[in-house]
Amino acid sequence: MIIRRRPAARICVLLAVLVAGLFPTGIAAADEPVAKESPKVELVLDVSGSMRTRDIDGKSRMAAAKQAFNEVLDAVPEEVRLGIRTLGADYPGDDRKRGCKDTRQLYPVGPLDRTEAKTAVATLAPTGWTPIGPALLGAAEDLEGGDATRRIVLITDGEDTCAPLDPCEVAREIAAKGIHLVIDTLGLVPDAKTRAQLSCIAEATGGTYTSVQHTDELSDRVSQLVDRAADPVVTPVATQGAGQCRDAPQLEPGLYTDREKFGEHRWYRVGVLPGQELRASVSVGADRAVNKDYGVLLRAVTVHGREIVRGSEAGDGRTDLISTGLRYPKPELEDADDVKLAAETVCLQVSNSFSAPPAVKTEPGLPVELTVDVVGAPEAASDVAAFGLGRGWWLLGVLVLAGFVAGLLWGWVSRWRIAVWRTN
Amino acid sequence: MRMARILTVGALTAAALFGPAAAALADSPSPGPDGDGRAPTEAGTTFRTATPIEQDQKATANASSGDYLYWVFPADAEQRPTVKARVTLPDSAERHGASTWRIDVYDGLRRRQACMYGMQARTAAVDATSVDLSCTLRTVRSLAEPWADDPLPGSYYVRLTVTGLPEEDLGLPVAAEVEAVSKDAGGAYAVDGALAEPLVPGVSADERRNEEQAALDRSSGRWSDRWIWTSAGGLLAALAGVCGYVLTRGAGRPSRMPPGV
Repeated sequence: MIIRRRPAARICVLLAVLVAGLFPTGIAAADEPVAKESPKVELVLDVSGSMRTRDIDGKSRMAAAKQAFNEVLDAVPEEVRLGIRTLGADYPGDDRKRGCKDTRQLYPVGPLDRTEAKTAVATLAPTGWTPIGPALLGAAEDLEGGDATRRIVLITDGEDTCAPLDPCEVAREIAAKGIHLVIDTLGLVPDAKTRAQLSCIAEATGGTYTSVQHTDELSDRVSQLVDRAADPVVTPVATQGAGQCRDAPQLEPGLYTDREKFGEHRWYRVGVLPGQELRASVSVGADRAVNKDYGVLLRAVTVHGREIVRGSEAGDGRTDLISTGLRYPKPELEDADDVKLAAETVCLQVSNSFSAPPAVKTEPGLPVELTVDVVGAPEAASDVAAFGLGRGWWLLGVLVLAGFVAGLLWGWVSRWRIAVWRTN
Repeated sequence: MRMARILTVGALTAAALFGPAAAALADSPSPGPDGDGRAPTEAGTTFRTATPIEQDQKATANASSGDYLYWVFPADAEQRPTVKARVTLPDSAERHGASTWRIDVYDGLRRRQACMYGMQARTAAVDATSVDLSCTLRTVRSLAEPWADDPLPGSYYVRLTVTGLPEEDLGLPVAAEVEAVSKDAGGAYAVDGALAEPLVPGVSADERRNEEQAALDRSSGRWSDRWIWTSAGGLLAALAGVCGYVLTRGAGRPSRMPPGV
C-alpha cells in the first residue's frame, strides 16, 4: 500500500477511536446502515418454438435455459426480489395478433421461493411466437413501484416477430420513464439480426449484451447479472433542466438524471456560499446509434452571463457516454463578520454535440447524469511550491554562498570595528 | 490556515514517532474494499457502479466483449499512477477479425485524464490470445487552479472497453485484469495549497466507500522532502557563514603581540 499517507490515516483512525470513546451513542447512530429497498430483477425467457433447436452442447436451447435457470435460482442473493416472465409460452397457433400478445408472468416479483420457482420453470415447453416488445413492456410493469434498482434479464434465441412494435424503441421508452431500469440481453446462438436487435435494446438502457454458445456461459452470466442488481448503488433523482438560467431548477448537492436532445442546452442552478467549492460533473450517454464524433460541454456561468469555468470533452468511436466536470472554489470574504453570507447562484449549462444519422429518432433525448457536490473551498496557495519551501542543489548552493558571504562580511566588519576602537 | 497546516505537520511527525503504536490500532479495523482483502472479481458497468479497488491490487472480471467495465481506485498527491490492463480474448476460432481495446482514466470529476506514456489503445490481431494496455497519468498534485485539469487527489475511474470489432464478435466472453500501481514522484511535485476534500464523488458512491476513501485521502500535500532540503540548506548556510567569519579572523592572535595589549 501507499506508505506515505499512512500516518494521516493512522491519525484519523486514532481520532475516530478517541471520538468513539467520547461519544459512543453518536457513532452507533451513524454506523447504522441506511434502510434501502431491496432490488428487483425479472428474468424474461423466450419459450418460442425455435427454442426446440438442439444446438447448445448437444441439448435443446430450452433444456440449456432450464438448467441455467435452476443454477441461477439456487444462487440468487437473499435480498433480491426475483420474478420470471415468459414470452411465446402459451399460444401455438398461427394467428399473429394472438401470438404477439402471448406473454405472461410465470412467477411474481417478490421474495423467492426457490422450489416453487423451479417447478414453474420445469413446466415450460417451447411453443409460440417471439413477442419481445410486449414482454419488455409487461416486465417493466411487473417491476413498477418503489425506489428499488430494477433489472430485466432477457434471454432469447431470435429476433422479435411482432413488428411494427420495435423492441428497441420500447426499451428506449422504458428507459426514458426515468425509473432506472436496466435491460441486459442474452442471445442464444444469435444471427446477425437478433444480435443487432438485442445489442440495441441493451444499449438503449445502459445494459449489456451477451452472445451465448454454451450452457455454463448462460448460467454464469445470468447469475452475474442478478448479483449485479444486488450491488448497492445510489439512485439518481430525476430533474428537468430549463432552456435558460432564469427558469432553471435549483439543485441541492446530489445525483440527478435528465434527458437532453441532440444540440439542446439544459440549465440548472446551484447556490454556492463564500468559502465553498462547487463540483459538478456531467455524463451524456449515447443510448442509440450516433455519428462517430461527439462532445460535451459543461459551463458554470454567473447570473449575469459571465462564464466562470468550463469543462469540455470530445471523443470519437464506440462509446457508452462522454463526460466532463468542473470545480469552482469561491474564495472566503475578507471581512465576513459584518456581512451576512449570501449564496451566489451559479448557472450550470449542459450541452452536447452528439449527432445521428437521419433515420435515428431524436425523441426522447439522450440520458444525462449530473452530479453536484458542494464542499469546503481549498486553502489558497501562496506559492507554487509547498509552503514556499525550496528544493535541489541550486538552492543549497545559493544558501551556502549567501551564508559564506554573510560570514565574510560579518568578520570584516567586526575586524574593522576593533581596529577603529583600538586607534581611538 | 497556515498555523493549522503547520500543526498538521507537527502531528505527522508525532505520528511517525509513535507510528508502531498507532499502527497496531489502525491496522486491525481497516479492511479492504470488499471486507476481507481479496481482490474484486467483478467490474462495474457505469461510473456509479464502478468497483472500488486498491492500488497494487489485481482486480479481475469476466465480461462480454462490448461491455463497458469500470473500476475506481484512490490516488494521493505526489503519486504517479499507472493503470495496467490485460484482456484475455475469446478463442480465436470464434472470432471474425481484429479488435481494438482501450482504457480511459477519469478523475473524480469524471474528467478524462491524459496518459503520459503507455499504450492506451491497442488492436489485437485475429489470432492474438490477449491484449495488454497501460496508461501512466501525470503526477497528482495537491491543488491546481480550477481552470486546469491537472490530476488531483481523489478517485480515479478506469474504463475498459472494446472500441472496434466485427459485428459478429459482440457479446463473446472475455476476461479482464486491471491493476493500478503508483510511483512516488517526491517533493519535486509538492505544490502549495490543498483541496478541502479529495475529489471523491460524494453522492454517486455508497456511503461506506466514501468514508473509507475520505479517511485515506485526507493527508495530501502536508509533508514533502522540501522540508529536509530547506532545513539542510539553512544548516549548510550557517556552517558556511562560520567558515567565512573564521577566514577573516586569520590564524588567531598573532604570536608576536605581547600579552595584555
